[in-house]
Amino acid sequence: MKRAHFIASFFMLSPLVFSSAVAQETPVPGSQAEAYWDKDDFKASQDALKREHGGAATLFVLADRFEYQASDDAPALLLEGQGRWGTDENRLLIKSELEYDLDAGAFEEAEVQALWSRPIARYFDVQAGVRHDFEPGPSRTYAVAGIQGLAPYWFEVDGAVFLSEEGDLSARFEAEYEVSLTQRLILQPRSELNFAAEDVPEFETGAGLSTAEIGLRLRYEIDRQFAPYVGVNWKASTGKTADYIRARGEHTETLSFVTGIRLWF
Amino acid sequence: MLTRRNLLRTAAAGGFFAASGALLPAWARSANAGNKGIFEVSGNAFDLTIGHSNVEIGGRSGHAITINGTLPGPLIRFREGEKVTLNVHNTLDEDTSIHWHGLLVPFHMDGVPGVSFPGIKPKSTFTYEFAVPQSGTYWYHSHSGLQEQLGHYGPLIIDPAGADPVEADREYVLVLSDWTFEHPHKVFARLKKDAAVYNFQQRTAGDFLRDARENGIGPTFTDRASWGAMRMSPTDISDVTASVYTYLINGHATDDNWTAIFNSGERVRLRIINASAMTIFNFRIPGLPMTVVAADGLPVQPVETDEFQIGVAETYDVIVSPTRARPFALVAESIDRSGQVVATLAPEAGLVATAPLLREPPVLTHRDMGMDMSSMDHGSMAGMDHGSMDHGAMAMTDTVPQSHDHRMGVGVDNVAMVQVSRIDEPGLGLESVPHRALRYSQLRSLTPNPDTRAPGREIEIHLTGNMERYMWSFDGVKLSEVTGPIIFHESERLRVTLVNDTMMTHPIHLHGMFFDLVVADTDHKPRKHTVTVKPAERLSFDVTADHVGDWAFHCHLLFHMHAGMMQVVSVLPRVAGATTHTPHKGHEPAVPPSEEDIPTTETPTPDRQHEGHH
Ligand SMILES: [Cu+2]
Repeated sequence: MKRAHFIASFFMLSPLVFSSAVAQETPVPGSQAEAYWDKDDFKASQDALKREHGGAATLFVLADRFEYQASDDAPALLLEGQGRWGTDENRLLIKSELEYDLDAGAFEEAEVQALWSRPIARYFDVQAGVRHDFEPGPSRTYAVAGIQGLAPYWFEVDGAVFLSEEGDLSARFEAEYEVSLTQRLILQPRSELNFAAEDVPEFETGAGLSTAEIGLRLRYEIDRQFAPYVGVNWKASTGKTADYIRARGEHTETLSFVTGIRLWF
Repeated sequence: MLTRRNLLRTAAAGGFFAASGALLPAWARSANAGNKGIFEVSGNAFDLTIGHSNVEIGGRSGHAITINGTLPGPLIRFREGEKVTLNVHNTLDEDTSIHWHGLLVPFHMDGVPGVSFPGIKPKSTFTYEFAVPQSGTYWYHSHSGLQEQLGHYGPLIIDPAGADPVEADREYVLVLSDWTFEHPHKVFARLKKDAAVYNFQQRTAGDFLRDARENGIGPTFTDRASWGAMRMSPTDISDVTASVYTYLINGHATDDNWTAIFNSGERVRLRIINASAMTIFNFRIPGLPMTVVAADGLPVQPVETDEFQIGVAETYDVIVSPTRARPFALVAESIDRSGQVVATLAPEAGLVATAPLLREPPVLTHRDMGMDMSSMDHGSMAGMDHGSMDHGAMAMTDTVPQSHDHRMGVGVDNVAMVQVSRIDEPGLGLESVPHRALRYSQLRSLTPNPDTRAPGREIEIHLTGNMERYMWSFDGVKLSEVTGPIIFHESERLRVTLVNDTMMTHPIHLHGMFFDLVVADTDHKPRKHTVTVKPAERLSFDVTADHVGDWAFHCHLLFHMHAGMMQVVSVLPRVAGATTHTPHKGHEPAVPPSEEDIPTTETPTPDRQHEGHH
């Protein structure tokens, strides 16, 4: 019942024992073929073998929600997605959420995060990096620390805390679930909660739960990578945040009907 | 009865040069294209050209990497003990290689880049030279990148030096494989991003309602909850399915109706090779019993059965004796039953056997998850028994409680808490078929095992993975992270115990040596080069490390290997004079050359392995 590595590392020492007597014939475990071929050629193939079997990097781009939102307010386009590149162990992760007001012809919200992602548990990754909000202005930068993964019972969760350059602390928690109605027809409930540690009048954010969003989307996976969907999305500001918005004479709640596509490659 | 020479002529007359069939070796062509037997390249010297070809699969044209322009490659045939020379010409723009699967060649001729040699560089020729002390049904394939998925494989038969222990009036090779029009790198990348991307047999809301009706809402909910809590899927059986694969027999999809001919009353030998990249098959011929006479090339005591599961890289030879003059279906069904390929065994060309309907897909149980504490209720759908977990009722003779001293990193999503001997089970989905299904425990070597010493030590290796992340490994360590090889010592007898901590079936292949599968306390253990390990299974093989060198050891599911489920076994020579091994024909100990005559990959190695001075 020995562990292969221990055996291996033990025998790495063994050549030392009789190195002077049989220096040339002592085989190097795992490199015995060096004796038959050009050493550099063989070494290169050995490195490639290791790299290829478990060390490869993949690029993954997901547009989770790319949709048209119709509501009592101005119609909007939303793109929420992420791209990641890297190995099992280390990944660069770009997350983005863009909201475009079709009537005003301007971005209402434009947020990009650049994170380094690393697995810490079987189903969870830790993430750290920066977030920059181009809109709503004035633009602002945050430090980000988060955790993303698959919780028991197949809930996909994503939580992060943000510290702005002004020193304001906020947090976001997202959860998604997928119900397979058929092999290709998938119902996806989704929720997003935003919290703030203190009032930031400049950004119309109040301390506590600032906004809540609940959505229900029904998609049809033409193939797993391309799925058009329809759904509803309800978004509300709460507490002090709602007060700020009411003071501006705008709705604190929006119910939208959405049509969009989910795609990845 | 036709002799092989006759068969060859028939095949040629039937349009060997016909445009439609030009890319297929004659033996792989269907009967209506003139094939009534086996066409092969045989002798002692072979020229094999690796190149790009267009192939037609199921009426659609695709790009393949082929050997001598055909998919599968030519049947290479030579005689036991004879020295053969194989010149491999690489016309590709990338490295290639050929590994001789199951052949006991000197290790530097084994064809694994980075383990046995540097690989065959683009636009260069490499010469393999060896003689092997064995006969039987084998195959060969690329060990470079993902070329194997693109068609770089073929069958190989070694005729015995003496009389063949298997008597047959005629024989056919059946090369089972999986083909996709997707580029294999794309397939692998998709699995990395969404491991369930090809699974269209997932449990749905409809299944929940059906199960709730049949078993009650409580048990159904508990069952779903227990899988959900583990974040495991009971339908996670094949990573790549018929949603993207076309399954092939001898390069032919079902529609091509590849046909083998028999005369009523003949003993027909079928040499069945699973040359798939990712597909474990269930093989059967409805209405026709099969007598298994060889496993992984070596003869076994004849055992009659109606169906067997064949892991990737395994081979079985069976004898069938059809007495009724009607067509029979040769059926290779993927283990997840998402698809199948059917060929015909018929008394004359032009007949089409009726393909059976696909059977219900199997569903994994808690036994497969290594969680079945009661051990007796396997197969029962809601059979989980968490309540009994802590009462230590481990009295079952075939269960072993948890022992896991391997790394438990993010790449290990499960450990088999109850490891079970499943050597007496026929494989996933075949437990309850209404006919006989082969079990490893039925196999006995025809001849006594050459080494019957008790193993001097035991190594335990766990098969590990994380399905969500699509990470696969041995002992929680991917090849990319491995710091040293697994050490065997020349001539030692040792036991290797494999524990499958995952819920998938893994065909595990050890290069360079046959191992004796521990099926019972017998000196006629079946000798194999590949063993298919079932979910949560604990099994052992005894092996004699008589072939010095470095040998690849890996899961033969191509994408599992590519994800890291591979290590190197180093058989280290004893210090001078201490060897107890007697050189025999085809296996003289390899002696490293002196510094000045180290060849490059372009110049063939001289016959160095035969100059051993022991
Ligand atoms: Cu595997």
